[in-house]
Amino acid sequence: MVEVGTTRVKRGMAEMQKGGVIMDVTNAEQAKIAEAAGAVAVMALERVPADIRAAGGVARMADPRVIEEVMNAVSIPVMAKCRIGHYVEAKILEALGVDYIDESEVLTPADDRFHINKHEFTVPFVCGARDLGEALRRIGEGASMIRTKGEAGTGNIVEAVRHMRTMQAQIRKVQNMSPDELMAEAKALGAPYELLKYVHEHGRLPVVNFAAGGVATPADAALMMYLGADGVFVGSGIFKSENPEKYARAIVEATAHYDDYERLAHLMKGLGGAMKGIDIASLGEDQRLQERGW
Amino acid sequence: MNIGVLALQGAVAEHIRMLEKAGARAIPVKRAEEIPALDGLVIPGGESTTIGRLMKKYGIDEEVREFSAQGKPIFGTCAGLIVLAKRIAGQDETYLGLMDITVERNAFGRQRESFETDLPVAGVADRFRAVFIRAPYIREVGENVEVLSKFQDRIVAARQGHLLATAFHPELTDDERVHAYFLQMVNESA
Repeated sequence: MVEVGTTRVKRGMAEMQKGGVIMDVTNAEQAKIAEAAGAVAVMALERVPADIRAAGGVARMADPRVIEEVMNAVSIPVMAKCRIGHYVEAKILEALGVDYIDESEVLTPADDRFHINKHEFTVPFVCGARDLGEALRRIGEGASMIRTKGEAGTGNIVEAVRHMRTMQAQIRKVQNMSPDELMAEAKALGAPYELLKYVHEHGRLPVVNFAAGGVATPADAALMMYLGADGVFVGSGIFKSENPEKYARAIVEATAHYDDYERLAHLMKGLGGAMKGIDIASLGEDQRLQERGW
Repeated sequence: MNIGVLALQGAVAEHIRMLEKAGARAIPVKRAEEIPALDGLVIPGGESTTIGRLMKKYGIDEEVREFSAQGKPIFGTCAGLIVLAKRIAGQDETYLGLMDITVERNAFGRQRESFETDLPVAGVADRFRAVFIRAPYIREVGENVEVLSKFQDRIVAARQGHLLATAFHPELTDDERVHAYFLQMVNESA
């Protein structure tokens, strides 16, 4: 018997992305630059997060024509974003044949209370999380991959660092708990008990955990790997820099060799300017994308 | 017995877990200079374009070809199979170019077509859980290549002397028999 869309096949796809960089692209040309630089996948968008942030208004899934253009341009996996809770956008992306769906806070949420039931899809999902409870709720809904939310489109790594550190500290705490403390902890975190038990027994999430939201330089990518990320998403950081090809190659190498500091020093030489960043403190509550998701 | 798992990108920890389960000492390797001391090398699943580019960038490809020339065993899964191949359909670029096979990338479709099924694998198992993720298959083999497994008439596992390749991911199961088979190849080569 041949089985498609099993948990193993969906989570396994994310396992194959480990140690790699997933890059946001908005057309075929950018997708080819990303692939040639060694990206493990691309995220097909109409606008990178920095431009979504600048444009304001309601941000929705990309035009299917953009997604197909990217899918036709490269042989590596193609991901695309749907709005939180937008079941139909996700079904459309699945019908298009995208390889992974990001139910993303970067787009304007379609549902202010519920996320998509991701179990009933054949295509796997990645979701953002700021802490262990949020990560385990998303996995409980069927997410096959987790990423930090960070603060997308800012070029500022501080929120991704906070989210990764928070999650790793919570994982260590749960791992060291006595089994009789787990149910109360599940209640406190708002996490499904069975998944929390998995974390207690294995000392890690049951799925891959990437960094995202604010990665702008090779050193940022390496920092997230040092903090325990399985891999890195780069949104605006590449195509908002002065030299996207150089940035793309350098970030791929920095992610693979994140603990080889001489190599990192070499990689960082003469890269040209990184994307212009935003101080998180200057963002109002309503401009903080990470608050989206429940 | 020291087995290295090439750790530039991909499912490294899964292979290490399986090799240890099968009784070997396994370590991740990222640098060319770590390779000569190994008795066997695993090239994991991941993205072949990424792994291939990073191998070339730092001369790891040359070191692995030298390793192979000494008859030391290499096992590639999925992307690892593509990296080992002499010919890749639809592209001129190859990576290690060691195994006399022609591979077709993403040959079963996109991720929504990815699947798992039970297959016989010659010399390994009558029934093995084979997990295919955007997997390649082997379209043609040279005369010194032994076909170990087929799915719907397509070659999905093969061996050429000290080289072993599967289109599927034994490292995503709890069944270590393919890894044990590889360790036996390493033992015989020593």
